Amino acid sequence: MGKARISTLWLSGCSGCHMSLLDLDEALVELLSGKVEIVKSPPLTDVKEHTPVDVGIVEGAVATEEDEEELRKFRDNCKILVAIGDCACFGGITSYRNLFDKDEVLSRVFVETESVVDGKVPASRYVPKILDKVKAVGHIVKVEAHIPGCPPSPRALLYALKELLEGRIPILPSDMASFE
Amino acid sequence: MDREVETEMGGMRSASSGGGEREIRIPVTRIEGHGKVTIVLDRDGNVADARFHVVQIRGFEKFCEGRLLWEMPVITSRICGICPVSHSLASAKACDAALGAEIPSPAKKLRLLLHMGQVIQSHALSLFYLSLPDLLLGFDYEVEKRNIVGLLESKPELAKRGVGLRKFGQEVIEALAGRRVHPTFAIPGGVNGALSQEKRDKLMAQIDGVIESAKSTVELVKDICMRQDDRIPIKMYNMGLIGRNGELELYDGELRIKDPRGNVVEDGFNPSDYLMIIGERVEDWSYLKFPYYRWAGFPKGSLRVGPLGRLNVADGIPTPLADGEFREFKGVGENGIVDGTMFYHYARAIEMLHAAEKAKELLQDDEICSKEIWAEAKEIRNSEGIGVIEAPRGTLIHHYWVNGDGTIRKANLIVATVFNNMGMNLAIREVASKRIRGGRFDEGILNRVEHAIRCFDPCLSCSTHAIGQMPLSIQIISEDGEVLGEIRRD
Ligand code: SF4
Repeated sequence: MGKARISTLWLSGCSGCHMSLLDLDEALVELLSGKVEIVKSPPLTDVKEHTPVDVGIVEGAVATEEDEEELRKFRDNCKILVAIGDCACFGGITSYRNLFDKDEVLSRVFVETESVVDGKVPASRYVPKILDKVKAVGHIVKVEAHIPGCPPSPRALLYALKELLEGRIPILPSDMASFE
Repeated sequence: MDREVETEMGGMRSASSGGGEREIRIPVTRIEGHGKVTIVLDRDGNVADARFHVVQIRGFEKFCEGRLLWEMPVITSRICGICPVSHSLASAKACDAALGAEIPSPAKKLRLLLHMGQVIQSHALSLFYLSLPDLLLGFDYEVEKRNIVGLLESKPELAKRGVGLRKFGQEVIEALAGRRVHPTFAIPGGVNGALSQEKRDKLMAQIDGVIESAKSTVELVKDICMRQDDRIPIKMYNMGLIGRNGELELYDGELRIKDPRGNVVEDGFNPSDYLMIIGERVEDWSYLKFPYYRWAGFPKGSLRVGPLGRLNVADGIPTPLADGEFREFKGVGENGIVDGTMFYHYARAIEMLHAAEKAKELLQDDEICSKEIWAEAKEIRNSEGIGVIEAPRGTLIHHYWVNGDGTIRKANLIVATVFNNMGMNLAIREVASKRIRGGRFDEGILNRVEHAIRCFDPCLSCSTHAIGQMPLSIQIISEDGEVLGEIRRD
């Protein structure tokens, strides 16, 4: 059997879930030199195109139009989609902004904050539109597996990867699921 | 070929300003988060403008309103998964200030140790995972392999050193906080747990090896930086915290700012008064704001922070090996200022060595296992709390306005990557205009443009966090911004 091809996607999150993946340390080095090939992963590789892969791993919630577009393209290119972390699974910390009106949030950040001088909300074509409400990945596309946690522990991620390599959809044992 | 902020930034042009201009857009990878670069070419195919866009905002400044003070370190550490420790520390310091709490000495030492763990892991990540693949394998190396995996294949010993350094830093964090990412350790008034003797011994057993690795990393990175034909020089203001004797300081201390020529323009400035000297501008094309030194105005007063900014303002480093390296480093510049953006890597490696030495010092101190880790704090004594530290990427400010019942009324955050926003924009412009002539460029050249950004080690999750992975394309646009044609690279 050839190597399993994996890509990762980074939507609106904090990168903590990707860091947890890197925290596999030697186990990651071993996976990469053996059974797994990382194809496209923004923090790790320079591949810029979406390419078909076996497994897609997504971190972060859907907060802008571009997030949504990227996620759909990503979904079209992977056989199995795994949502990692609370942001991707449920919206997580990113969805805290749903407690407020979107325009209130933008105006606080870009106009009202005490250090801003002559502020305005950026609105040129160079910045994507912010969605009214932040959504979980599963609200937009079909997701085969959820690995919650903020972030999921490296142990949980390794378990999930190994299950996937065995051809099974991972379901976390209760001692690995963390909802902090 | 130095670029002066004052002359260059006035000329920032709108991408759609001239007829017949073309745009090259690059989604930036191998940084923490992803941003986009747009390069605008004039009719002759030379660079008219280059910009780094950050295209996401999460709105922490808003949704912290109404939360409880004690939640703040937990919530704000979620700003970033790479330097959650920095946010939790700045946040805890802001909370201490609101509580009027003086934390006990062991608690401070434990926070410092946590911080050193984080500096080691974060600098190791930046150097080995993100930047050395370019510098060691080459800017033109195969795209698929120009990364840590490629480095593992071609230079396994070296790559493993990087994995090991990052791992040690994360282990320090784990030993103190029980987990590596988003540790709940620094809390208002102290820290959340003492260090056990057993864990202390375990870290001690590794520390000399870590210092050794950090030392050889300095040698390696110094050598690479000195050999770069393009050091990407940029004249800017520099800022960082310094200790009482002008030495490098990462956790406490006071702000020092030097102008582009190396003159000290602010010294011993109380960071709690930051609003007097720092302003932020907003540009329409990025969700990342542009902080600047108020007395110099915008854009002239744009500040450089992080390893290079810090070493530029400091007079010394308070640990011996790193200090020796620091003296040599200073020799590269003039008036104590090293201008080459490439030397961020060199400065970063020296700081990693310092963090390792400092971690050893802290581990050797018996107080590190003390159980005296909380201050007595019963009420909100001050209606404002400001916490400022030097995060791996530079000065980080958390400012909270607190109600008497302990809820947050307002919050303002200025993070390191935001300070460096203008620096990144100037650096890509410098590289792009030097390398792209007559409309000709290749993948390697564009990678050099991206590398200019990697030098700053921007953390886009921190600053807002970017998205958007557009394939590289050159857009030909008309005066009103209409796309007339597009060339894509596959
Ligand atoms: S789930 Fe937690 S660790 Fe993962 S991206 Fe969201 S905030 Fe970061």
